[in-house]
Amino acid sequence: MEQKTKINAEDGRQEYVITREFDLPVELLFRAHVEAGIIEQWMNTKVVKLESKKFGGYQFETSDPKGNVVFKANGVIHELRPNQKIIRTFEMEGAPFGVQLEVYEFEKLTDDTSRLQMHVIYESVAQRDQVLKLPFTQGINWAHNRLQDIAGKLK
Amino acid sequence: MNLRRDVFQAIADPTRRAILLLVASQSLTAGAIASNFDTARPTVSKHLAILTECELLEQQQNGREIHYHINAKKMKEVADFIEPFRKMWDERFNKLESIMTKYKTKK
Repeated sequence: MEQKTKINAEDGRQEYVITREFDLPVELLFRAHVEAGIIEQWMNTKVVKLESKKFGGYQFETSDPKGNVVFKANGVIHELRPNQKIIRTFEMEGAPFGVQLEVYEFEKLTDDTSRLQMHVIYESVAQRDQVLKLPFTQGINWAHNRLQDIAGKLK
Repeated sequence: MNLRRDVFQAIADPTRRAILLLVASQSLTAGAIASNFDTARPTVSKHLAILTECELLEQQQNGREIHYHINAKKMKEVADFIEPFRKMWDERFNKLESIMTKYKTKK
């Protein structure tokens, strides 16, 4: 089966492109990126602030089940053209990944289908690679922790 | 000293990537590998040591000779390193799609 979400990350470049086609009208795809209540649902984060307009800013905050904040991100919206384009910055607070520039292109395919292209650019190749590896490394760590849990019970 | 090498650092080097390509189809001795490069033999040996250390290459003793061959399992792991990142976005977008489908009727 062909993958719905594709990533193009070429070696030695400080950017990547994510492409995805949706069984949604472009208007709904766009709404999912500008309405706080909807973002909270699919991004699994609390939206502390969101001004969906040119020069607007946003802040996300994610907590663990105990209520401790584990992730904070913020950025500034540079351009916002309804159903067409969003250009914004994104910064993970307290992380060594710098500020990334994100260009979202929304495209109508048919009345009921649309395509999103996310072009994400980093300050350096190293930072991009670190971000790409993040879920990979976490996966290894989680597997490792689980192993330790099991091994711990065997003691 | 036990240097823990990063696999991604290992494949970031163009010579090391070329070595991996060379031994992908057949196992070769260090000498045979080195003959494909203009670089000095000790430099190639160092690259081989790094690739072996991070388990991308495996050594096999054949009589007096040591052959290097690729560790397919480790290579697959590396080739797939973007996969968890892709999956993370795929899952997010699947969720977005199912949430927004509910809004379709409310248009």
